[in-house]
Amino acid sequence: MDADRIARTLTRIAHEILERNAAPGDVHDLALVGIRTRGVPIAKRLAQLLRDIRGGDEVPTGTLDITLYRDDLMRHAVGPQPVVRKTEIPFSIDDKRILLVDDVLYTGRTIRAALDALIDFGRPKAIQLVVLVDRGHRELPIKADYVGKNLPTSPSQSVQVHLVEVDGRDEVEIAG
Amino acid sequence: MKKDLLGIAELSSEEIYLILDTAEAMREIGQRPIKKVPTLRGKTVVNLFFEPSTRTRTSFEIAEKRLSADTLSIAVATSSVLKGETLVDTAMNIEAMSPDMIVVRHAASGACHLLSRICRSRIINAGDGMHEHPTQALLDAFTIREHKKRIDGLKVAIVGDLLHSRVLRSNVLLLTKLGAEVWVSGPRTLVPAGMERFGVRVSTSVEEAVADADVIMMLRIQQERMQGAFIPSLREYFTVFGMTAERVARAKPDAIIMHPGPMNRGVEIASEVADGPYSVILEQVANGVAVRMAVLYLLAGGQEGG
Repeated sequence: MDADRIARTLTRIAHEILERNAAPGDVHDLALVGIRTRGVPIAKRLAQLLRDIRGGDEVPTGTLDITLYRDDLMRHAVGPQPVVRKTEIPFSIDDKRILLVDDVLYTGRTIRAALDALIDFGRPKAIQLVVLVDRGHRELPIKADYVGKNLPTSPSQSVQVHLVEVDGRDEVEIAG
Repeated sequence: MKKDLLGIAELSSEEIYLILDTAEAMREIGQRPIKKVPTLRGKTVVNLFFEPSTRTRTSFEIAEKRLSADTLSIAVATSSVLKGETLVDTAMNIEAMSPDMIVVRHAASGACHLLSRICRSRIINAGDGMHEHPTQALLDAFTIREHKKRIDGLKVAIVGDLLHSRVLRSNVLLLTKLGAEVWVSGPRTLVPAGMERFGVRVSTSVEEAVADADVIMMLRIQQERMQGAFIPSLREYFTVFGMTAERVARAKPDAIIMHPGPMNRGVEIASEVADGPYSVILEQVANGVAVRMAVLYLLAGGQEGG
């Protein structure tokens, strides 16, 4: 996927989000939460797109670091601990419809951790999952609500998402 | 990270920054409605305190609970130590119940190093005699960095009972490692011999030490460790070395005042300074929890090189 394709995909997802959540004409209970690292810039872009499309206030956007909720921490205590970075959710998630955003959906374990983390912040009305790429090979019963692109891969391959905000360019590539 | 946290002496500046950065993330957990993450689920942490402590022990316990560790605290007043058990025997008995980490405070310098050699559990030094108190220095650095955005190049004046202070030693090691200019000041009888070798400036004039300082760190007069006559009287000490508003006025206008606690008001610090707007003493206590969570988390992983 090149930069243009990524941009059009995110615009399409923004429209889908509004279609699905704009039942009484307002979306004031929507909020975006991006999973570190690359879910964060995607969430911010979606916030901007949602605003461009429907106007009004910016959708509240937060950042989630799931490291402390990982299910593989401490299981194989070799090597140093993964770096923990800040979680910043500067709004109450109670009774909000949370759009959880990540770049790639693979085993589903990151999303499991993110759901546990989110619940520690309150009780949202609903959580919907947005991913730029779904590469399959799920190990947990988790499914995305909005998918940018389905990429059939083999487990030996790796899917790399590059974003301007983090990597200086927009591109999705399959390696290996 | 190495197996244990014995002192600042064993840490590199990269490791210190890693702990401080991790503590930034940990602090947010204390602001949530549910102040708990599942990270250390199933890990057992024993707090073994051979010396009295309120702040440090409470802080470690809260940190452990916020990370979901199973924790228990042993205070010497209720333990077999009173029946004549040695430190090594006590530790080996606790070790036999396979905890993952032991947080130790002991009146003898080097007690944690001794336990580190004989225990498989990870040892965290919560203060050993007059040697080190690494988590205190780390939370002090965290507090300084929060206010000053850096540590490198700051002038830090440490005033008080230098001789008996493990907080001093850990802070000097840490602050000089990170590039601060450290001044220490206290009565001649309470300045350890050879202080200059740590790369600090020594002055018996508080006025000189605090001049243009960015940070003033007070140390408690530790009467319980003083068996001789180190100072004529507490009142005289306050007159010559006590931190008063006039002395604080010699430091930079935005200087912060720190104290590791417990404070002796009217001995090393005037109440108007301790409760003044430039005092960050209670912030230090709050930050202690986040810093200790960071240390617990980082030590719970694998060791360097697998």
